[in-house]
Amino acid sequence: MAATRTAVQNTVNTSPYYGRQLKQFTAVALTTLFAFMILGVYLMPFSYMLVTSFKDKAQIIAGAKGPILPMDPITLNYQGEVLEVFKVPFPEGVRQLALLKKGRSESSFVDPENPDAEPIVWEGRWRTLEPVIQFSPRYGNFKAAWDGINFPRLLFNTTFIAVTGLIGTLLSCIAVAYAFARFPIPGKPILFMVLIATIILPRQVMLVPTFAFFSAIGWVGTWLPLIVPHFFANAYNVFLLRQYFLQLPRELDEAAMIDGAGPLRILLSVIIPQSWPVIVAVALFHLVFAWNDYFEPLIYTLGKPEIQPIAVGIQQFNFRFNQQPHLIQATALLGMVLPVILFFMAQRFFMRGVVVTGVEK
Amino acid sequence: MMATAEMNKPQAGRLMRQQQRWGWIFLSPWIIGFFAFTALPILASLIFSFTDFALNKPEEIEFVGFQNYVQLFKDPLVSVSLWVTLKFALLSLPIAVALPIALASLLNSKHLRGKRVLRTLFYMPYIVPVVSAVYIWQGVLNTETGWLNRLFGLLGISGPDWLNSVVWIYPALVIIGLWGLGNAYLITLAGMQSVPTEYYEAARVDGANGWHRFRHVTLPMISPVIFYNLILTIIGLFRYFEIPFILKQGTGYPGSSTMFFNIHFYKTTFVFLDMGYGSTLAWLLFLITLAVTLVLFASARYWVYYASGDSS
Repeated sequence: MAATRTAVQNTVNTSPYYGRQLKQFTAVALTTLFAFMILGVYLMPFSYMLVTSFKDKAQIIAGAKGPILPMDPITLNYQGEVLEVFKVPFPEGVRQLALLKKGRSESSFVDPENPDAEPIVWEGRWRTLEPVIQFSPRYGNFKAAWDGINFPRLLFNTTFIAVTGLIGTLLSCIAVAYAFARFPIPGKPILFMVLIATIILPRQVMLVPTFAFFSAIGWVGTWLPLIVPHFFANAYNVFLLRQYFLQLPRELDEAAMIDGAGPLRILLSVIIPQSWPVIVAVALFHLVFAWNDYFEPLIYTLGKPEIQPIAVGIQQFNFRFNQQPHLIQATALLGMVLPVILFFMAQRFFMRGVVVTGVEK
Repeated sequence: MMATAEMNKPQAGRLMRQQQRWGWIFLSPWIIGFFAFTALPILASLIFSFTDFALNKPEEIEFVGFQNYVQLFKDPLVSVSLWVTLKFALLSLPIAVALPIALASLLNSKHLRGKRVLRTLFYMPYIVPVVSAVYIWQGVLNTETGWLNRLFGLLGISGPDWLNSVVWIYPALVIIGLWGLGNAYLITLAGMQSVPTEYYEAARVDGANGWHRFRHVTLPMISPVIFYNLILTIIGLFRYFEIPFILKQGTGYPGSSTMFFNIHFYKTTFVFLDMGYGSTLAWLLFLITLAVTLVLFASARYWVYYASGDSS
């Protein structure tokens, strides 16, 4: 668009007009360049993670000042010895040769393409030479990380907790939002304020008795404390759903009511079919929440690795094997890949849902 | 409801009662949940705070009066952890308020191309689970092999030891937290887009330059959004736990610079199982949260501008 407009106006080429055009183009170019540069820095850690998860420890240390990508020096097996290959400058050009005998002022090299020939003598300090390196990623890190955290197990645990909690949160929050949006309940504004006020409560103040209660009925060390509370609605999702329900026209409800439909029928066949964008948003928020949730799974599944969800599982694994930076990055990648894929597939729903909670407050 | 007005009285009353009954039925999950998981636990933890309740020997529970509250003043980690939390709050709060506004302004610029891609990609890190994010940043902030100091090196600056210095750990925690800006910036952006363009045109006619338009039109118009972000940020600070805990395994290292209040609470309650004193710590936090939130809401009428009167 902008490009064609510029082209058309260039043919006119009256000079003040052209100057404004140029200024406009410069502003666009600079602003866009600036925004993408900021974005580059903001997302740079993902590149770090990706690159590091393909390295081994030696490559990470070598990478501190050297190559960013996972690189290994090229070597040559020569008569039972492992020789490093260097770039050696000669008057006729640079040759890649394996260092055979190191010397202070001259060294001898073997030509890897012709190892049986006489060693080549080069005059100069070998320490100034640059080693020849090649791209050699450690794909094995992912197998090690996958097995180490038992990814299939964590995936199953997390999915189970997330999906059952999702069913609970949808059932309860839709019902409660429907009540707030459509029914003449005495004291409704106060109840709604109480609901919203629960957002500011620090969870610590509920935590000890809740934990003691779950412990007394034998639920600690099971998934139940992570699932059952979601069947009792939460403020954020009720708020989001209620805002949406309120803007649906009441005429359809009333038409259904005149046709003899009860409140449950109206919810199922009038309200819900019109509300799928917000329901999808709530569902996505819950899945991401469950994937991310760390504190409560930590206290309720402590010491039971077989039932831990992914956030806790990855942290416990990395806690035990702390000195493996490449495996830490590989587990970080495994931990984020599914939520991020989900986000890119459904980013419209996510971003619209966020906007509703914030702006209509 | 609407239809009731046209009906005769007793019938309307019956319908009304029926509607009310259905309302309570649909509301019941939250009512039950509110008592079971919010109201009763808050009261119970108040009661616990006057006992020596310990989870490993619950039958030996005894009332100890104000002993736990006296302990608050004796326990050196209370003042340390409150101070750590406050220091971090003072550093991160202005950033958490200003940066979303700056980012939203940039992404709202009429000179910008590729807006959709930029908006999506700036939001994306918000989705990354906090465990992954902490490990990624831990690597990036590493003094020798991390990329942030390498980036500084390109500019000729030698970067600090982010994660092992009692000073630099706080900027490091702020940097790790930057990936959580997604929601705040997106809401701010939506707020900016809903400012009527006539206001800007009027300001332009009055000769206001870009900065003046931002200062006197945009900022007042998005002040409800700023207030909302401020509240959420402060709530987040009172819950702050995951990032320092995963980063330092709850050790408080370096020194006691990451001994945040919630880490102290967690260790008291779930490592030392001292749940009576843990409840006391929780109630202290609750009272602080309440006080700060009330002050904020009271201050809102002086600086938050609601365009159409009460916009709730």
